[in-house]
Amino acid sequence: MTFDQILFYVFSFWFIAASLAMIFSRNAAKAVLFLILAFFSAASIWILLEAEFLAITLILVYVGAVMVLFLFVIKMLNIDKSTLRAKFAGYLPLGLIVAAIIATEMALVLGANQFGLEVMAAPARHAADYSNITVLALQLYTDYVYPFELAAVLLLIAIIAAITLVHRNEGNRKTQNIAEQVSVKAKDRVRLVSITTPNKEGK
Amino acid sequence: MISLSDYLILSAIIFCIGLVGIFVNRTNIITLLMCVELILVAVNTNFIAFSHFLGNEAGQIFVFFILTVAAAEVAIGLAILTLLFRNKGSINVDVTNSLKG
Repeated sequence: MTFDQILFYVFSFWFIAASLAMIFSRNAAKAVLFLILAFFSAASIWILLEAEFLAITLILVYVGAVMVLFLFVIKMLNIDKSTLRAKFAGYLPLGLIVAAIIATEMALVLGANQFGLEVMAAPARHAADYSNITVLALQLYTDYVYPFELAAVLLLIAIIAAITLVHRNEGNRKTQNIAEQVSVKAKDRVRLVSITTPNKEGK
Repeated sequence: MISLSDYLILSAIIFCIGLVGIFVNRTNIITLLMCVELILVAVNTNFIAFSHFLGNEAGQIFVFFILTVAAAEVAIGLAILTLLFRNKGSINVDVTNSLKG
């Protein structure tokens, strides 16, 4: 067993264990923490696959931003835990049966007969000066520049939509009153006060 | 060496765990969103494994876009969730039944 394989099985074990713990944990905040562990293991596996940029993006964007957003929402909402798992037992057997069938089918299709090392040999590792970011950026800014721009527009739309959805009630808003601004007169803004100043002799 | 089928079976297992999570947690919208994230990570692992073994970086570009769209989806989903909690006082799936025809 090579060092690569040991790393792969350790990361896979934590990935699967953290995912199972996530879906069966009763507390939503604990589920988020387990999902963070799962994302870290996934990022480690992606580094084994020489996708360094995406692995670091997964940690920075998902663990750093999205999971913290989840934690914020969970802490903000104060969810009643007793009602959340009311129908736990009813759907677990069906879910397990469906998942077992899907997993068996996928293992049959994706097994070593079709995608093993004999069929698809592992590529040679890149040299130490190979830059994953350079390769990705070359493709992203030439062949995929229009999807890249569309992704930027999509993020802008998401920002606007999220702010508009949450920021709704009129009372919290600071808005302009246009009519008041237009009809303002100089005497409303400037008040001339006559002050008696002492003259030069100090009298 | 690790073969491609190892990576594919790993992501199939993670995909199925995410699926079971949707069945198990079907009353809690936050955990449903997290299960969708898990499924997306499984799919992304598939893309990256094929990209590595075929020597084609287009798979990694796809993962990049999937991550972008998933981040936007989570932001809007959590905004809707906050709005639902504000209006209904609960994030149970069963309270969102006012649209029945």
